[in-house]
Amino acid sequence: MGFRMEALDRNLRRAEILLFGAVGILMIVSLYFVFKVVPSEVTMGVVQRIFYFHVPSAWVAFLGFFVVFLSSIVYLATRRLIWDTVAHAAAELGVLFCGIVLFTGPIWARPVWGTWWTWEARLTTTLVLEMVYVAYLVLRSQAENRDQAARLAAVVGIVGFLDVPIIYYSVQIWRGHHPIVFKSSGGQGLEPIMLKTFMLCMGTFTLFFLLLLALRVRLGILQDALAELKEHDSTAGA
Amino acid sequence: MIPPREPDVKNLNYLFWAYTLIWVALAGYLLTLSIRLRAVTSQLRRLKSRLPGDER
Repeated sequence: MGFRMEALDRNLRRAEILLFGAVGILMIVSLYFVFKVVPSEVTMGVVQRIFYFHVPSAWVAFLGFFVVFLSSIVYLATRRLIWDTVAHAAAELGVLFCGIVLFTGPIWARPVWGTWWTWEARLTTTLVLEMVYVAYLVLRSQAENRDQAARLAAVVGIVGFLDVPIIYYSVQIWRGHHPIVFKSSGGQGLEPIMLKTFMLCMGTFTLFFLLLLALRVRLGILQDALAELKEHDSTAGA
Repeated sequence: MIPPREPDVKNLNYLFWAYTLIWVALAGYLLTLSIRLRAVTSQLRRLKSRLPGDER
């Protein structure tokens, strides 16, 4: 087991170094585009530039919760703890990026809407999503053992994801006033350079998410190995 | 003659705080992740050295 773990750990390290370099370069290029290349939006002015990091944060938060959803299903089907480790890592990242969305959104809303927060459909459902996955992490920390934590968290991880499509369609269903970024028809009103910058930021954030996921999964694997060794150590000592 | 455009600085403080918050959150998470990784790795190494024989 130790040999397989170390081989996996070595491969993850290589992927992390490559990703770290790519993310570093892309992040600098993204910031250059956001602050130097792209023009200010006519009505919102300079504050619209929050959009280039706010929306990609929302995208990777949803991606993280999707990974939780998938990994939890696979865990319940196979009972292999590695899938629970992946789900746990992705949930932590989802909460981090969703938190960024919930803080940068009001900073944008204050000068544009004239208020920090409103109980508008998309904002409320996003807050609910964040609370569900915070509960997921709290539940894990309170469980009696690793198996119980994995089993209960998997159920919460699957059910919690049902909120994501609700968030996506909330503006159409409840006619909220949150801007719609992606429209099925009629374009999205973004200048070509704005769209390019936006897509660049989306790619950068996706790679950054993958880097953090690789690091967090490695941490989970090492924590499991440590727990196993401790158990081995205590039984050997008894 | 068209006058030169004034630099758009209205609401610049909101932009500053939004990006500061994003960087603090991401850097903070990376830092705690690396601290946790280092702690687990050193604990593993210590425990492995205590075990009789090389497990591999």
